[in-house]
Amino acid sequence: MALPLAFLNGVDPWIFAFSFVTVAATIGLGFWSARRSKTAGDFYVAGRSVSVGWNASAISGEYLSAASFMGVAGMVMSSGYDALWYPVCYACGYLFLLLFIAGPLRRFGAYTIPDFAEGRFDSPLFRKIAVCFVLFIGFFYTMPQMKGAGTTLAYIFPGMPYWGGVVLVGAVITLNVALGGMKGITLVQAFQYWMKMFAISVPVFVLMSVYGLYGSHLGANDGRVEKLAGTTSALTQTVERKPLTEKAPADSPWISPFGPLTTKAAKAAGLSAEESRPYSLLYTYSLIVALVCGTAGLPHILVRFYTNPDGVAAKRTTMWVMILIGIFYVFPPVFGVLGRNLLPELYAATGAKGTDKVVLELPRAVGGLWGSILSGITCAGAFAAFMSTFSGLLVSMTGAVAHDIYGRMLKPHATNAERLLVFKVSTVLVGGIAIALGTQVEKLQINFMVGQAFAIAASSYFPLLFMSVWWRGMTMKGAASGMLGGGLAALACTTIINLSDLGLVDLKAYWAAHPLMRILAEQPAIWAVPLAIGLMIVVSKATAAAVPADIRMKMLVLHAPEQLGLKQEYIQEHAAALNAESERR
Amino acid sequence: MPPPPHDTVHSEEFLRLLMRRQLKLSVACAATFLTALLGLPLLNYFAPALMATRVAGFTLSWLILGVLFFPLVWFISWLFIKRSIALEQDEVKSVKR
Repeated sequence: MALPLAFLNGVDPWIFAFSFVTVAATIGLGFWSARRSKTAGDFYVAGRSVSVGWNASAISGEYLSAASFMGVAGMVMSSGYDALWYPVCYACGYLFLLLFIAGPLRRFGAYTIPDFAEGRFDSPLFRKIAVCFVLFIGFFYTMPQMKGAGTTLAYIFPGMPYWGGVVLVGAVITLNVALGGMKGITLVQAFQYWMKMFAISVPVFVLMSVYGLYGSHLGANDGRVEKLAGTTSALTQTVERKPLTEKAPADSPWISPFGPLTTKAAKAAGLSAEESRPYSLLYTYSLIVALVCGTAGLPHILVRFYTNPDGVAAKRTTMWVMILIGIFYVFPPVFGVLGRNLLPELYAATGAKGTDKVVLELPRAVGGLWGSILSGITCAGAFAAFMSTFSGLLVSMTGAVAHDIYGRMLKPHATNAERLLVFKVSTVLVGGIAIALGTQVEKLQINFMVGQAFAIAASSYFPLLFMSVWWRGMTMKGAASGMLGGGLAALACTTIINLSDLGLVDLKAYWAAHPLMRILAEQPAIWAVPLAIGLMIVVSKATAAAVPADIRMKMLVLHAPEQLGLKQEYIQEHAAALNAESERR
Repeated sequence: MPPPPHDTVHSEEFLRLLMRRQLKLSVACAATFLTALLGLPLLNYFAPALMATRVAGFTLSWLILGVLFFPLVWFISWLFIKRSIALEQDEVKSVKR
């Protein structure tokens, strides 16, 4: 018994208790609702009848991932102002979804994005192409969740290796999804939003009441400590501040725009501060494009919009999501700011022991029992974060494998029991791959990796949805070439960056010589999104004869209010047309 | 309730009008949002001193991005939903008349 208990040394009982209760409650709810969902339809979209409040909480719960809960704070701490674009665009991206996509997509009515792709272009082939990106985006998104899991477990159990946490948490969630499905997840996700909100806000208020307000801590970062290095803190500072460690960025680049994150590439190339400013601006814009457009193209979020009863409810839900996550996103940067002043030793560490764990460890600064309890609360929130997002992603990806690849391509006439079995088997398969990938990314920042998933979504699904909804001249070939062109380009660039940052491919010399290439590869959205849209327009024009014959009816279904009953008419006409066609043959 | 006159709904004009009115509303809201979002980096770039002004400890730029940006987006989305629901009701009325 010596070995299994060895990693329990140095475990804080409070932190362990809070985390354990979270995991147990999540799994318990999953099993409880598993008994209530019987058919494959239940598993995919939860019977399509969820009220606005529940649905908004559930979408928010699913969306607030390890990146939001842990990654944003870690990145604000390590990179300062530039990292603020992440939380803001994570929240504001929903506005694009609301303005251009949410209502029409719900009116069209389909289970998943591949369903929409097939229905809009009457092309089963296009569905097969579209399905791939559910998996591409999904795996890029699960990697940071796994890093969050590994980091949290390494914090709770100081003796546990990073990969141990990844495997343990990954296995538990995979099993839970295989048994629970989406019906359970709607309820669990909604519960988890409120839990995350509680876990991120309460410690912030306690920390601020003890150590000073958000603004006072930012106010302390004015460079005075550096100027007076060597002298003790005899300054007229309002808040207590520990000296920065060696690897920490200095105050003024940290707090001002165009700081360490966006100038990294130019700095590696040896450019001066003045010369690197245009590069930073480009980086910032590309990041904004990726995050804002990417939100509108995330498969695990979009699938939730089909659980709204109609287009108006879909819009209302989106607005409530923006409010719920907007309030949430004010808090994580506070951890980053306070962490810089109170926990600067994290700058010196890397991987699972680095700034990504500031949310978990900072509350301990309060000291004593309360410190442990608060830290336990943030750990519980972190569990809620990566568990909910990982579950949601698993459902989407498994849906793609079981519903599309198996149910549509391999065995279209499978029985319900067969489908359910395949759903479970694919969950385990997809979960296993995600865990394996997760063990490899300890050195990458959580938030950065999620940003990459957004960039891929922004260059593939966003152009597809946006153009298909608003431009009737789109053809299947146009849509496919644009989505593949933009999406695969973004996928290739982000993969190269990750391989290079993990040291698997040596490109340091190349990046140093070509800082522009490094920025365009690290943040590909600024050229990949226009590339995708451009390809869609050009190829669609070239194949204009192939525009679906009933395009006017499709557009009416997408845009006309539901009260006109066009959807029903469309389904009847569509079925009649298919019958006529099969009779002719 | 009499069935909606088939020709109005399925006419080219109706679809064009429908899409144009909805797109106009969406684009107007998006333009407001994008001006704010894409303008902030430009302000940071061309007026760094102004954006570094301290307001209760925050730099002006940090206060705008980290706190004030969210209410702006809520306001835009609230306005959009109010208008777009009104628009839809209007469309339904115009067809049923």
